[in-house]
Amino acid sequence: MSERTIANRERRPSRRHFLQAGAAVAGGAALGATPGAADTGNLPPNIPEWMKAPGAPMGDQPYGTPSVYEKGVVKNISKTLPQYLSASGRTPLQELDGIITPNGLFYERHHGGVPTIDPAQHRLMLHGLVDRPLIFAMDDIRRFPSQSRIHFIECSGNPVYTKPYGKTASDLVGLVSCAEWTGVMLKDVLDEAGLQKEAKWLVAEGADAAAMTRSIPIEKCLDDAMLVYSQNGERLRPQQGYPLRLLLPGFEGNMNIKWLRRLKAAAEPVYSREETSKYTDLMPDGTAREFTFTMEAKSIILRPSGGQKLNDTGFHEISGIAWSGHGKIKRVEVSVDDGKSWQTAKLQEPVLTRALTRFRLPWQWDGTPAVIQSRAIDETDYVQPTLAELLAVRGVNHYYHNNAIWPWRITANGEVSNALA
Amino acid sequence: MRWLRSHVALLAAVIAGLAAAAQAEESFHIGRAATPGEIKGWDIDIGHDGSNLPPGSGNVERGRVVVSEQCAACHGADGQGGVGDRLVGGQGTLAGAKPVRTVGSYWPYAPTLFDYIRRAMPQNAPQSLSDEDVYAVSAYILNLNGLVPADAVLDAKTLAAIKMPNRDNFVSDPRPDVR
Repeated sequence: MSERTIANRERRPSRRHFLQAGAAVAGGAALGATPGAADTGNLPPNIPEWMKAPGAPMGDQPYGTPSVYEKGVVKNISKTLPQYLSASGRTPLQELDGIITPNGLFYERHHGGVPTIDPAQHRLMLHGLVDRPLIFAMDDIRRFPSQSRIHFIECSGNPVYTKPYGKTASDLVGLVSCAEWTGVMLKDVLDEAGLQKEAKWLVAEGADAAAMTRSIPIEKCLDDAMLVYSQNGERLRPQQGYPLRLLLPGFEGNMNIKWLRRLKAAAEPVYSREETSKYTDLMPDGTAREFTFTMEAKSIILRPSGGQKLNDTGFHEISGIAWSGHGKIKRVEVSVDDGKSWQTAKLQEPVLTRALTRFRLPWQWDGTPAVIQSRAIDETDYVQPTLAELLAVRGVNHYYHNNAIWPWRITANGEVSNALA
Repeated sequence: MRWLRSHVALLAAVIAGLAAAAQAEESFHIGRAATPGEIKGWDIDIGHDGSNLPPGSGNVERGRVVVSEQCAACHGADGQGGVGDRLVGGQGTLAGAKPVRTVGSYWPYAPTLFDYIRRAMPQNAPQSLSDEDVYAVSAYILNLNGLVPADAVLDAKTLAAIKMPNRDNFVSDPRPDVR
């Protein structure tokens, strides 16, 4: 274990994990008499157990799943939600590398459960202020010229402004994920119907039990909006809108209507419940901001982050993610001295517009308590604010669009926790 | 010379014709026409001004019955909330430390109530209530909030005419608002 300079306790293969793993291996390959012995018996100079017998045969997993030792890497779903039909589940960000979220770990938010939709019986209706109201089957949608683009989607309440603040990075900002999406440009589909000049908004509606509805400004629809049917190369997962979802890069997650069944061109927004009583941002003076679409620049250090532990002093790579709904990340700055000074982190190429961007900074930890944090600057030169700055303007009841810098506290024994909690 | 000129003109006309044809081909001819009947069945959204509200009406008393049967388990018989959102009260609290956002205190448009109840409620059986019952439940909830009298009958016209107390308190997005 001393070889691991950083370890998440929950993830480290434990004795019990090993027992479960042994039981799960098909054919019951010889796994040693006792797990305790195997813990060391597989290390040099011994021959590891898994080299002494064939492994699982081809076809053992027609659809591959992660190693049994990664069982703990699952969506972060609270066990104390008031209900689970209109609810969210978070991506375990601190367990992942790179910028692409695996499909099974992409965050979820739905408002009336996850429907099971037969794609052969799914239709997209396009009507309202158009010259030719149209209906498309999924086969029709897939005939349009296709595009693949990498974009994040983020829930607008990620996190809220009120305590208690989360313990881990996932607790705090696990309602953001990033994927390569494949589909068609919405503009191409709208051109097919002939948008009338009075059409300033599209009312988008899902085929779920919430018939989730949001109004989208037409400028976005004609810019980079897409109708997507695939995610990271395979068809959308049901939780992500199978068979068809709207993708509005950089706009708050709930507007990326899943299970998309209808687009109505209109002169005005519909002012649906989801854009009046929900997803509006209450200010301290009692007014509320409406149609706050864009997710502003944000970043978070994932390694080391809350719940992890530095087991040794010396070299540690600080690594995290940054993103902006306004475009590309221009720079990420990291402070390891509680905000007194800031260093520029290295950005992993490619840096893509409205996508997660991985940043890294080499760091020598001397074993003294430290507070580390990151701040993102996007291509508009907007600088990610502190929580105090946001609270001073928006108060604690604003609920949505909290993009605060989030510091982590490291104690002398290496334990990492939320510095603002 | 005249011969040449006329042929050049003809050639230009042919090229222009080809260009127009190419432009027409930019349409992919994908999908089929949606019929009025198909659109009518799916076009369920109600404008904030009440546009697209269906015929029919419902009263507060009928709403009380429907709510007790279909809604009370989550929202309480008097809309006080539970697993589901609180629907009643909170007027005057939005600028306070603990704002209570309900239909009465927060929602800007009454027709949205019809839209949302019909499309998404009750949670276990959305789009199952008759339009009359949706009007009735809307009337009951608005009555609990003191926005219509106990003998109110709501239809497309009367629902759209209700002015919600918080209607004028929404502002557009001023961000970036920090730095």
